[in-house]
Amino acid sequence: MNINATLIGQLIAFIVFVWFCMKYVWPPLLNAIEERQKKIADGLEASDRAEKDLELAQEKATEQLKEAKAQAAEIIEQAKKRANQLVDEETQKGQAEREKIIASGYAEIEAERNRAKEELRKQVAALAVIGAERILQREIDAQAHNDIVEKLVAEL
Amino acid sequence: MASEQTTQEYILHHLTNATMCMTDDGLQTNYGKGLEEASAACQEAGFWVWNIDTLAWSILLGVLFLWLFRRVAKTATTGVPGKTQAFVEMVVEFVNDNVRDSFHGKNNLIAPLGLTIFVWVFLMNLMDLVPVDLLPWAAGQIGAAATGVDPHHVYMKVVPTTDLNLPLALGLGVFVLILFYSIKVKGFAGFAKELTMQPFNHWSMIPVNFILESVTLLARPFSLALRLFGNLYAGELIFILIATLGLWQLPLHFPWAVFHILVIVLQAFIFMMLTIVYLSLAHEDH
Repeated sequence: MNINATLIGQLIAFIVFVWFCMKYVWPPLLNAIEERQKKIADGLEASDRAEKDLELAQEKATEQLKEAKAQAAEIIEQAKKRANQLVDEETQKGQAEREKIIASGYAEIEAERNRAKEELRKQVAALAVIGAERILQREIDAQAHNDIVEKLVAEL
Repeated sequence: MASEQTTQEYILHHLTNATMCMTDDGLQTNYGKGLEEASAACQEAGFWVWNIDTLAWSILLGVLFLWLFRRVAKTATTGVPGKTQAFVEMVVEFVNDNVRDSFHGKNNLIAPLGLTIFVWVFLMNLMDLVPVDLLPWAAGQIGAAATGVDPHHVYMKVVPTTDLNLPLALGLGVFVLILFYSIKVKGFAGFAKELTMQPFNHWSMIPVNFILESVTLLARPFSLALRLFGNLYAGELIFILIATLGLWQLPLHFPWAVFHILVIVLQAFIFMMLTIVYLSLAHEDH
């Protein structure tokens, strides 16, 4: 258990080891560690940012979707309204057309009837005159009996 | 031609370093000599005796540590680390965290110093867990086979931290750094003031202060060295004593080794931690 020259040898060895460690071992190792720490920190930050971006984008998409839906609903609503309007309009138009056609038909019928009536009256008058002529032959004085004939015609 | 050993001789054999020295008769070692002869071999060389087993094992382990860490450092990637790199980085980060917690100055030496102390001391302590007879026995067999000496006359202690020289060298190295940084940061006057004007700030108390502070200061390297040495030497001695128990050593070795795992890590950690704290104190300007 003697203190001897070994002490000096160990002291030198110790100094050399510490020097070597300080010069060649410690700096590259610590650099690697610190650089990796920085890398990891950056990566975490980037992922945080990406997550936030994603959230934002999702929010935006949802909003846009909602807007689009609202627009679509509005368009449909408008279309329905327009369709109803069109149907109403057409119905009304048709109705009017019908009434017009019916009215014109009536008028035509009336005119035709009047015409036929007139025709008929004329023919009956002529027939009556002819009949009376035949019955009376000569006795009839067209001049004298014209008023009677007229009366007959009016009665028909 | 192995001789029988008594228990006492066995213990002494395990506690004797392989020594080498220069004497007037040339290079002397205790290799191949009986216990008494061995302890007398380098008597006249006085201080200039080299414990070659301590030196060899400690330098081997130090080089192993630096080689491993340097290899990783050279190929260190900032991407996903491999298993070795992850392990090395774990150790580096552990030391770095401790330094950052206790040391608040800016100094590029403290952290590598802490790392060197921690890993190197740990590796040397770890040699304590190698079965206590294995390496000395192997050395003995090799010595016997190669040069025909009695294997019991080949000496080798494999745990460098159980040789007081090594912990003391570490302690003194740290002590020199404490003095260096104290003077560098506070200036010579500041350092002198710290030694003389504390804890009683009055001129008449200067001698008392100086004695108190000097003892505090000088105790640091020795407390560092003796704590490490004492723990490891005691642990080693108990391993040796257990090994003398014959069959009883079998159940006893294991629990002691398990307990010792705690001791070797703890001692390496304490040495590193106290070094950092002492150097941190040296950097503090009052």
